[in-house]
Amino acid sequence: MTTTVAPTAAATPSTGKRPRAAKLVRMLPLSPAIGLMLVFLAGPIIYCVYAAFTNMALTGTGAANVKFVGLENFRKAFSSSAFTNSIWLTLVFTLISAIIGQNTLGLGLSLLMRRSTKVVRNFVGTAVIGAWVLPEVVAAYLLSAFFNDDGTLNVMLHAVGLPGQDWLYGAPIIAVSLANIWRGTAFSMLVYSAALSEIPKEIEESAEMDGAGGWRRLAFVTLPMITRAIMTNLMLITLQTLSVFGLIYAMTRGGPGTKSQTLPLYMYEQAFSFSQIGYGTAIALVMLAIGAVFSLIYLRGLNSEAA
Amino acid sequence: MTSNLILLAIGVLFVLPLLWVLFASINRTAGLRVEFPTHPTLGNFKAVLNTDTTYRPVLNGIILCGGSALLTMICAVLAAYPLSRFRTRFNRPFLLTVLFCTGLPITAVMVPVYGLFVQLNLVDTIGGTIMFMATSALPFAIWLTKTFMDGVPLSLEEAAWVDGAGNMRALWAIVLPLMWPGIAVVLIFTFIGMWGNFFVPFMLLLSPERLPASVSIFTFFGQYGEPNYGQLAAYSLIYTTPVLLLYLLLSRKLGGAFALGGAIKG
Repeated sequence: MTTTVAPTAAATPSTGKRPRAAKLVRMLPLSPAIGLMLVFLAGPIIYCVYAAFTNMALTGTGAANVKFVGLENFRKAFSSSAFTNSIWLTLVFTLISAIIGQNTLGLGLSLLMRRSTKVVRNFVGTAVIGAWVLPEVVAAYLLSAFFNDDGTLNVMLHAVGLPGQDWLYGAPIIAVSLANIWRGTAFSMLVYSAALSEIPKEIEESAEMDGAGGWRRLAFVTLPMITRAIMTNLMLITLQTLSVFGLIYAMTRGGPGTKSQTLPLYMYEQAFSFSQIGYGTAIALVMLAIGAVFSLIYLRGLNSEAA
Repeated sequence: MTSNLILLAIGVLFVLPLLWVLFASINRTAGLRVEFPTHPTLGNFKAVLNTDTTYRPVLNGIILCGGSALLTMICAVLAAYPLSRFRTRFNRPFLLTVLFCTGLPITAVMVPVYGLFVQLNLVDTIGGTIMFMATSALPFAIWLTKTFMDGVPLSLEEAAWVDGAGNMRALWAIVLPLMWPGIAVVLIFTFIGMWGNFFVPFMLLLSPERLPASVSIFTFFGQYGEPNYGQLAAYSLIYTTPVLLLYLLLSRKLGGAFALGGAIKG
């Protein structure tokens, strides 16, 4: 049992004292990662930014002579109802499945697991992680079966006298959101279990001795101590959820109609089905911008906590 | 007691969809609802256990994802060390960039990446696909590895530095042994993410004999209309087994499934 150090803040050995060359040498281990990311990520992204302002297409006029069209792609996007619909659905999907669902359930599970018996803990942990370990496509098939009109969910609902419905047709965005909760909660659970295990037992015990009840202890002692983990987790799962593609695609293809067509699916349709590369990459840029906004919000949270 | 009951209820909800795949895999006439087959059979497994359907795709997946995960891990550990240990003006912008990259929709990048692969003659090569998959997992792996490395007290290394050990030696001899549970976590995350990745190998690999299991699972659909749910379930189980085993192996080594987090403390 070692004491945890305040990260980075403590990590400042002899900054500014060594010559420039020595500092560069210290950074050398970064080069393989930077090299790979320059070639295989930065390059394609820069190309994306270029393509978003052109009429690039796989077929038709945009294929033979690629022209610079300025903000035309963005103008077209924001005046299209399909695009605004997909933005709206993306926000609903992210809010329900990541920020509310995975985050809260993951935190709740890891809190409950600290006071449960070992057998229960192992059972639940295995079930939740089992759902997470399943490959995306397999998970999508399982949940399609689960939410199907003839599926298990309706059988259960009927058994307790509730009306069922064809979830994938009637409420597809709810179905895929629940599916994403089912699939993604394990991640938050692991992050929070790790964070909670780092809290020294004495701190909570002394709060208990001082007469703080369960909820007060949670709100004033436990949660403040894992703010870093909460912010990091929120950011990661939000960004992951924003770009979920395979799960929704395999479950509903964005349908029926466009009722579960989130931004990545809309983009895929435009870029690959309709061959509008320029327009598709413009949508990708909008998606990146949304991700950036979320990241900035959480980073502010992280910073204010560190200060 | 209450927490046990709530946990059990949630656990059952998570298990129900999994039950379908278990029961359907031993049911010759499997449908969409969870039902225990009247005549359990291993016929579905027999039907899919052959080189073309199962063995080769799974082996391809192991080569592809194992190679990528290792490459990711090596680069991530090397990159995390200076980021965690030395503070420079460069750290913050770099980490921010890395963070933005974790949210990058790979779907968006795939078109230019395909173009790049054509230029470099890398289309339909395992090596090229490994490099791209490793890169796409790198930002997240770096971020996570750095977080774990921050948890290893710097004071231990300072002693080593005083004794004259270089940075790489300190990383290898002191930091890594203390954070290898964290490394295992990152490795599992990375491998599992890649094992399930459909889109990247689908775009970058063409030859059927190079396709990993995540892509070949689609052969159950589209060609013959209504899929054979029983065989699909059996194949899904086989396809899922390697990551399950890997997870069990590592979590056992770490002392039970839920010591994962506790072990991070080092």
